[in-house]
Amino acid sequence: MRKIITGNQAVAYGVMLSRVDLIAAYPITPQTTIVEELSELCATGRLKARFLKVESEHSAMAALIGASTGGVRVFTATSSHGLAYMHEMLHWASGARLPIVMVNVNRALAPPWNIWSEQTDSLSQRDTGWIQFYCENNQEVLDTILQAYRIAEGVRLPVMVVLDAYVLSHTAEAVEIPGEDEATRFVPEYCPPYRIDTEEPLGFSTIATPEYFFEFRYRMQKAMEEVPRFAREVEEEFAASFGRRYGAIERYGGDEPDVLLVTSGTVTSTSRTVIRKMMERGVNVAGMKIKRFRPLPSEEVFEATRKAKKVAVIDRNLSAGVGGIFAQELKACLYSRETRPPLFPFVSGLGGRDITPDLIEEAILYALEHSKPEEEILWLGLKR
Amino acid sequence: MKKIEIPEAENLGRGHLACAGCGAAVGMRLVLKALGEKMVMVIPASCWSIIPGQWPYSSLKIPHVHAGFVTGGATASGIRAALDIRGDRETLVVVWAGDGGTFDIGIQSLSGAAERNEDILYICNDNEAYMNTGTQRSAATPFLAWTTTTPVQRPKENPKKDIVAIMADHRIPYAATATPAYAEDLFKKLEKAKRIRGTRFLHLLSPCPPGWKFSSEHTVRISRLAVRSRVFPLYEVENGTSYSLYEEPRTVPVKEYLRIQGRFSHLNDREIEIIQERVDQEWQRLLKRACC
Repeated sequence: MRKIITGNQAVAYGVMLSRVDLIAAYPITPQTTIVEELSELCATGRLKARFLKVESEHSAMAALIGASTGGVRVFTATSSHGLAYMHEMLHWASGARLPIVMVNVNRALAPPWNIWSEQTDSLSQRDTGWIQFYCENNQEVLDTILQAYRIAEGVRLPVMVVLDAYVLSHTAEAVEIPGEDEATRFVPEYCPPYRIDTEEPLGFSTIATPEYFFEFRYRMQKAMEEVPRFAREVEEEFAASFGRRYGAIERYGGDEPDVLLVTSGTVTSTSRTVIRKMMERGVNVAGMKIKRFRPLPSEEVFEATRKAKKVAVIDRNLSAGVGGIFAQELKACLYSRETRPPLFPFVSGLGGRDITPDLIEEAILYALEHSKPEEEILWLGLKR
Repeated sequence: MKKIEIPEAENLGRGHLACAGCGAAVGMRLVLKALGEKMVMVIPASCWSIIPGQWPYSSLKIPHVHAGFVTGGATASGIRAALDIRGDRETLVVVWAGDGGTFDIGIQSLSGAAERNEDILYICNDNEAYMNTGTQRSAATPFLAWTTTTPVQRPKENPKKDIVAIMADHRIPYAATATPAYAEDLFKKLEKAKRIRGTRFLHLLSPCPPGWKFSSEHTVRISRLAVRSRVFPLYEVENGTSYSLYEEPRTVPVKEYLRIQGRFSHLNDREIEIIQERVDQEWQRLLKRACC
């Protein structure tokens, strides 16, 4: 069935089709319509899930941790301050190896107050042991949620599915909604390997001394290392059923470009148009979208950048004191490689300022015209 | 009055790490005996994050889930929901939190759970300070008591938060106080709590030898003196309004309770008098609630 729906509605459909048992959530702009939509779906019985209307995001994640330990499939959604407030529990969820799936609608953190799109909220959770996917359109949002449950339950790590505020969350576009039967075949019933059971009493998250703790973290890393292969298999299966695939990264445009433009989220859609038009004008340019940020697909990133003369990155986020986070991650990823093209780290669109086609073209032209960046951070669209 | 049978089966095994004379170890043992095996216990950060023992061992023979400091109410809500979804309405979800995790940092998630009237039993194991980190003041620390953050030159200036009144005012079906010296009373309250659905709150006063600075053989004596001096009255509140008060026939002056604890040894007679006055006032306040 094809419907015109917003990104937040696509989230709700994804949750419904994944047959989540328990939702615990707290409203925050611009996530709110997800909570409203899911409340409605639960109240009308279209989604047979319990909805715990908790008093905070911290409690939302804590409740999911309790419920997931109890062996049921869980979901929450948040944004910005809500995600920051959850931070402690994000470590708890991954440390307890619980397959929790969460949607984060990217929004800037205050002060000054701002409710518009920026990725600093989710990217500053990069060390919490969560798998992270950044989506480009509403179809990808829905599809990624279905895949997220498969991956989370397969490798026993939590997954964060990220979408841009307003540009996706509140913008309606055509989305193909899978049928319930085919969705159920793809996301079967959740069978946890262990759960709270009075017949077989277990202690969960018991204290581990230095003698044991280290190995718990080693195993978490090993689980992360399983993700690339596992996610690829899941996506192949998804593609076989639904005919759509996204990849951990997506490369488009020329094979040996003078500039490879790296983006994530909805900036990618704008970039596709800019790059297509520039290629029509004879400019040798290509694009790469990074969908999976954790674990970073370093092999694919290397392959995609290998034949590029220069790499330009547009970051809608800022790690103050360093710069854009995707750019930093790319640098780290390419450091040990023999071919390391010059990298142009652009920061743009903070607090939801539009990243327009003109700005994207400006970034590409700058990279074409310079042998290396003139500054540590290249500010794109900044009023000086 | 029906005689209380305390079962012999132990669900707190040997080898736990509680201090000698730990009031909470006596309390836990009794609580586990009263509640049986169809239960799961949520343990937010507290002495009991440590006491059951370290991975891969545990002295708790019932399923238990260690949880973040502030999350007792929320984690229990999630577990309750999961059990309900699984069709298990029988297994009791119990929170065992410290006074820090209840009065202070965890009060938000506890209040949220109580407002939703989650079907859980929340036990606050109150040793009147942050004992797991070495005796720092909490909102449960009594007026003028010594702790490492309220040194004798400037002991605690504020009265203890009235947590039972706060919980009762959420209109939860059941709130009560208990302390290990009155084992039968504790047992009766737990048996009653078990039969009720909705949020049940038990405030359990647990004397702490290292934190309160008394010799470990006095735990039960101090637990009893807390009640007899009316520092810690035993009572129940049903549905936020109906109070039942246990009146100790052999009351003693507060001084007797204070004088055997090192945390009050800096107090002069005038200060003890002030504490006595406050205890009397609180008692009158409680009587008023119980009568009206």
